[in-house]
Amino acid sequence: MISYLIFVGTIAGFYSLLSLGLVKAWGQGGLVNLGLVGFVGLGAYTSALLSGAGYPIWIDWIAASAVSAAVGVALCFVVRNLRGDYLAIVTLGFAEILRLAETNEKWLTKGSDGISGIVAPLKNHLGDNFAVFYLVLTWVLVGIVAFVLNWLLRSPFGRALRAVRDDEQVAAVAGKSVLRLKLQAFGIGAALSGLGGALYAHFTSYIAPDVFITQLTIYIFLAVTVGGYTRLAGAVIGSLALIALLEATRFVAALVPGLDAVQIASLREFAIAVTLILVMQLRPDGAFRMSNERSGLGASRPGPDACYGKKAVLDDGT
Amino acid sequence: MTTSASLLEVDDIRARFGGVRALDGASFSVEAGTITGLIGPNGAGKTTIFNCISGLVDGFSGAVRFDGADISRARPEVVSRSGLVRSFQLARGCPLMTVFEHLMLYGPRQAGEGVFRALTSPGAVRRQEEELRERSYAVARRLRLDHVLDNLVTDLSGGQKKLLEIGRVLLADPKMVLLDEPMAGVNPTLVGEIAEQLAAIGESGVTILLIEHEMELIERLCDDVIVMADGKFLTRGSFDEVTADRRVQESYLGVQLQ
Repeated sequence: MISYLIFVGTIAGFYSLLSLGLVKAWGQGGLVNLGLVGFVGLGAYTSALLSGAGYPIWIDWIAASAVSAAVGVALCFVVRNLRGDYLAIVTLGFAEILRLAETNEKWLTKGSDGISGIVAPLKNHLGDNFAVFYLVLTWVLVGIVAFVLNWLLRSPFGRALRAVRDDEQVAAVAGKSVLRLKLQAFGIGAALSGLGGALYAHFTSYIAPDVFITQLTIYIFLAVTVGGYTRLAGAVIGSLALIALLEATRFVAALVPGLDAVQIASLREFAIAVTLILVMQLRPDGAFRMSNERSGLGASRPGPDACYGKKAVLDDGT
Repeated sequence: MTTSASLLEVDDIRARFGGVRALDGASFSVEAGTITGLIGPNGAGKTTIFNCISGLVDGFSGAVRFDGADISRARPEVVSRSGLVRSFQLARGCPLMTVFEHLMLYGPRQAGEGVFRALTSPGAVRRQEEELRERSYAVARRLRLDHVLDNLVTDLSGGQKKLLEIGRVLLADPKMVLLDEPMAGVNPTLVGEIAEQLAAIGESGVTILLIEHEMELIERLCDDVIVMADGKFLTRGSFDEVTADRRVQESYLGVQLQ
């Protein structure tokens, strides 16, 4: 049971990394990256191949993040004039192209057989303690990433990025380099996806194209939506909630009598869908609401029903 | 017209959208340190010319020079950074951001906007933020927006949105501002207040080019009035001169005299 929990906790850490990247690109930058899983795969394959070629693991991980970031920036540059739905469609297609490339470029990726025997760091030394070590390592990385992102999003960079998300023309007139900000946001998101993929590859020691399917992208969007799509805390809490839900349904569905394995699997998917609908109905902002930078002047307590708004409307006669 | 003191020069701008000729050879210049009115009937191309100057539209021919540099078809952020900042007619803004964030956003040359600088020089960024914060407070107090600083812009009244349009333009520390109907849809008391603010801004040395339909305001504020009609420059002069011009009366009032 303990080893099961450690495994699940580690997976939650990977999901948190991906979610943090999505909050950065989508929640803060307005860039809908439905090709998230493509960058996860890119990072996983980059790291696995470099590791297979004998490079040390920390180089593999940095390279995985860098390759994903570079491809992400390049993709974002090519589709720089697309937003919203159109960007979502292009990124969705892009992830599918990557998956097909992983399947068909057998000389490099061994096709649908996948790559096995990927080196797990220090596993020979740690033996049974490896799982705990990897759990801690993953969550330390989540902590570092969250800390740096939080710093960045509280800086003028974050403010400018949120302006680009809300209204590109206003941001441009305010003197902000809209394209640069979009590329940076998308690139950082892609880098975190790549890092998450690399961590996964060295954890399970096996990757194949059918690991990196769109369902994972949907899961991460679900996690971020449940947690609060603009908030870093929301990304982590949402990921934990998602994993809890995915695992809990496994047990609960098995309790329903008279179902075979396929039906149980379907019931889990169904439960997840119902949860998403409930969250969207009951708390559309997610667990953590959007937060704004405070002026520190302390004169007003804002909110949707702020009395100042109403009073001003009366004053104004409009 | 003296060209030596011209801060902004617009030379023969032509722009069409589909089959519509929005601008058909518009030329004029604006002297440094003046408040200039830009008037003309609806569809004369006033807002379009603002869009061309500020870089939001780049499909036009002709030249725009600001402060000695050619800024024709420059990107909007480049135009704004050169010290020429515009406001929007339909007060627009970032719906999920507060008044305070809008003011801070417009601060020029912010070191913390680069990923690298934001992470590596926290001291410099903090100092700049403090300074910007003080300036935001000052502008907010001046425009009586200090009590709504932490409200989302979507919670503001129409008049407050207009004031914020002016406020954030000021935060950019501009040499010149392009104001697109700053008084449209604002109640009469507030109009007087905005007019006083604009006069004060003009006195502080900022050049203002102002689109406005409210003739009393143009008369009260503007040193110089430019009249456009049908996408072209029609005439310019003092308020009394242009309003006495029969061509202006004809185009503005749509009356065929004689």
